[in-house]
Amino acid sequence: MGRTRILETADEAVAGIEDGSTVLVGGFGLAGMPFDLIDALIRQGAKDLTIVSNNAGNGEVGLAALLQAGRVRRVLCSFPRQSDSYVFDELYRSGRIELEVVPQGNLAERMRAAGAGIGAFFSPTAVGTPLAEGKEQRTIDGRDYVLEHPIKGDYALIGAHRADEMGNLVYRKTARNFGPVMATAASTTIVQVGEVVPIGSLDPEAVVTPGIFVDRVVRADARHYTVQGAR
Amino acid sequence: MVHDKPLTPDQLAAIVARDIPEGAYVNLGIGQPTKVADHLPAGSGVVLHTENGMLNMGPAAVGDDVDPDLTNAGKVPVTELPGASYFHHADSFAMMRGGHLDVCVLGAFQVSATGDLANWHTGAPDAIPAVGGAMDLAIGAKQVFVMMTLFDKKGTAKLVPECTYPLTGVACVSRVYTDVAVFDVGPSGLSVRETFGTTIDELRERLYVPLEAAAG
Repeated sequence: MGRTRILETADEAVAGIEDGSTVLVGGFGLAGMPFDLIDALIRQGAKDLTIVSNNAGNGEVGLAALLQAGRVRRVLCSFPRQSDSYVFDELYRSGRIELEVVPQGNLAERMRAAGAGIGAFFSPTAVGTPLAEGKEQRTIDGRDYVLEHPIKGDYALIGAHRADEMGNLVYRKTARNFGPVMATAASTTIVQVGEVVPIGSLDPEAVVTPGIFVDRVVRADARHYTVQGAR
Repeated sequence: MVHDKPLTPDQLAAIVARDIPEGAYVNLGIGQPTKVADHLPAGSGVVLHTENGMLNMGPAAVGDDVDPDLTNAGKVPVTELPGASYFHHADSFAMMRGGHLDVCVLGAFQVSATGDLANWHTGAPDAIPAVGGAMDLAIGAKQVFVMMTLFDKKGTAKLVPECTYPLTGVACVSRVYTDVAVFDVGPSGLSVRETFGTTIDELRERLYVPLEAAAG
């Protein structure tokens, strides 16, 4: 609410996240993952969380660390199973975490709808597949669609490249991924950036996420883990 | 080039690359389809889309070019070509759903005679379901090319009357590229465009689907 606050530490940035919250977590694999915010959330202690993210953690860092700490009750994601998703795999197979698989484009669009105030929408994705079972269908101009509902977060934790003191954000390369959509879709959006710059030093034409969508910003050094598949 | 034997994966990738129209916007799925990029002729003007948010993606990055902020949909580090652009996920999938992408090339477990696609889940009880962008891609591109071996390791056909695996999309596949033949999926059924080391009659004996020879 109101103007963006620039905070000194990741711990201040995640303060107040309640047990049982729905938290949108940015990143595609490790690209764009807000590592410092997630680590601070683990220290903060909120539990029984619903996490919305493209993947369900890689290795034992970031989202995987949060899962490993036992704070997550339910995951909505498009692609949980990966070569290095062993933390999630173990939790899932032992029945200690719930999973809702959502096609990647529907995941993005459901959050976009939440951020844009759309009540629900008809998507052609997943028509005739197991992921459409139990959902309302409609034929519009000869094409079949499935009714999809918005996914709204209590909080979004995202990574961006740079913020100004208004909370305007720019991203870097494919680390942008879900950030701009998640920023719109949460009641409180918390961003970690590599750099905070003074008002007036970002080109307004190049701002990707306007500060109105951003509540809290903290600066944190980018962390570079070995990317899955790197040679 | 005339092929009188089943194609190797690289030869198959080259055949797919040959059929991608000049200047097309193309998404190559994870795995085998990624190889198609290596066979696109220089100057083809084909623009590669990666659904994690980039157009005009370049080849895989090696050595100092590896940048953790720049990966493809398989999370492999890649490079950017001049004229590249970055965008968020909702825009990226609008490019599919909105019919802006010309071609996508996907792998498959099974394709049905009417172009249904199964490529995301074997349905095995202990498998963890993971769909990624497969369902969005299957219904999103103007043309969906599937690239697969025609038979699995046990010799069971993957081009089938009806898919037994859970579906990814209904009547969405336009063409099927396999190691032994290329099939068009049309309103009147399957037609064989090319064969590699086999004949339509031999295929008719091994497949349980009606096959026509492609016109022209």
